[in-house]
Amino acid sequence: MLLLNNIEVIYSDVIQVLRGVSMQAPEGKIVALLGANGAGKTTTLRAISGLLRAQEGKVTRGNIEFGGQRIDNLDPENIVRLGIIQVLEGRRLFRHLTVEENLLLGGIARGGIARDLEQVYEYFPRLKDLRRRVSGYLSGGEQQMLVIGRGLMAHPKLMMLDEPSLGLAPLLVQEIFEEIKKMSEREGMAIILVEQNARLALKIADYAYVMENGRVVLDGPAAQLAENEDIKEFYLGLTQVGERKSYRDVKHYKRRKRWLG
Amino acid sequence: MNWQLLPQFVVTGLLAGGPLALTALGLVLIFKSTYIFNFAQGQLLLLGALFTWWFAVEAGFPLWLSIVLALVFSALLGFGIERFALRPMTGQPLLSIVLMTLGLSQALHGLALLFFGGAQRNFPQIFSAANPYKVTTPFIYNDNPIVIILKQNLVWSFVIAILGVLVIGAFFRYTHAGLAMRGASEDHELAQSIGLRIHRIFGVSWALAGVVATLGGVLLATSSGLDLSLSVVVLAAFPVVLLGGLESIPGTIVGGLLIGLSQGLVSASSLSMIRNTSEIMPYVVLLIVLLIRPEGLFGQKRIERI
Repeated sequence: MLLLNNIEVIYSDVIQVLRGVSMQAPEGKIVALLGANGAGKTTTLRAISGLLRAQEGKVTRGNIEFGGQRIDNLDPENIVRLGIIQVLEGRRLFRHLTVEENLLLGGIARGGIARDLEQVYEYFPRLKDLRRRVSGYLSGGEQQMLVIGRGLMAHPKLMMLDEPSLGLAPLLVQEIFEEIKKMSEREGMAIILVEQNARLALKIADYAYVMENGRVVLDGPAAQLAENEDIKEFYLGLTQVGERKSYRDVKHYKRRKRWLG
Repeated sequence: MNWQLLPQFVVTGLLAGGPLALTALGLVLIFKSTYIFNFAQGQLLLLGALFTWWFAVEAGFPLWLSIVLALVFSALLGFGIERFALRPMTGQPLLSIVLMTLGLSQALHGLALLFFGGAQRNFPQIFSAANPYKVTTPFIYNDNPIVIILKQNLVWSFVIAILGVLVIGAFFRYTHAGLAMRGASEDHELAQSIGLRIHRIFGVSWALAGVVATLGGVLLATSSGLDLSLSVVVLAAFPVVLLGGLESIPGTIVGGLLIGLSQGLVSASSLSMIRNTSEIMPYVVLLIVLLIRPEGLFGQKRIERI
């Protein structure tokens, strides 16, 4: 459904962040986007959602297609109306508004209605109890549920989640991830999941891309990537069983280099 | 203290707070939806009154039609300001945008002078100046009940102003458009990410601010006459918004009443030295409140999570 074809992104006319990224996100599937800090994951999301503009970034090459329509460099407002929602990193909410007001705002682009609220409360029952509370005072986990719920209010065909696990307790992350999985299955929604927590992301994702320095260096079905030696070592922190780990053996640089080729 | 006149001054002061609240509402509107403190509000108010005057006196339209036309014109003016002065500034530091409104205030003042001239104008009377309302109070002074005399325009200006504030308040509180405005002010990028058309929202806010300013300008001009100095009433509205809280619509009513009351009370003093402080009284009240509650009486406390 979503197709990125060899896109390049340049900030402020000089700083190149993406150097030819191609990927796709099919309907009803979860695609994980992994990589270290500064690899270009968030920039990729912003290129899709059109929010690059606010930061003086531009897609300078390649194209982005959604349902057969080119969307690169459209206004973010119009991209949302096509059915693409980016849930920003860091649990950004309207902190002075109540939980319910936050949710209603999420649906406002398509005339949000009460029925949609019930749907969100079904996934995150805790939000229903908190609905009159000012959202700025919620706990981290509740805030994360709220921003995902707010994204769902727009009934997107594609939801992009930027590090939903950031700073949350592992159990809570698991709970939230389960709801994400349920959502994509039930609503037939494509999900792009940007994560540092590679182990969990690979567990729920169908397909995964690994980014480094503005390029996709590795991709494949999630189950297959989870077995990949490099992924295991760099992202899952595992080495061959029984071997003692020494920094001399890692040959970190060499192995990374191979991906770039 | 001049006890006999005290009830009169208290009531007059409170009533004068109505138009003050309406003037302050214009500032709150812009601040609530764009996070900008609009220094040009006074000039918007002046232009609104001048539009009304021009339609009613120069063009000879009936008064009600003139007011409607002036409201439409000032709404368009508000739209225009957002589109051509502020939108190009999107993404710039807040301070530059606020300074832009300061520049706008000077530009609008110049335009008013250019097109309408600086002379004192006879603004049409909306409410009859004869037959003031007389209210007998239960207070007794020298064996006579104290009677207070209220000019019609003072009473009706108050009623209209408070109604205006309540209507706008309900709009913000209960409509989707109002909710979108409250959301948009808090975080522009987040608002865009969920599909709010923030520029349209800002345009509507400025148009509304123009409408509110015109309403205030007409009410003030009809009681105190119209010339270019009308725009300085915002100086009294600054303490009102800061007192009530920059984001609070009910705060403008409470702030307006308090500031009006403080001026009335000081005017009731028998010492001329104290009476003469009525101009600076709003700022004295403001200073005291800000020392105790920096966010104003009903302003938003910054929510910080640690």
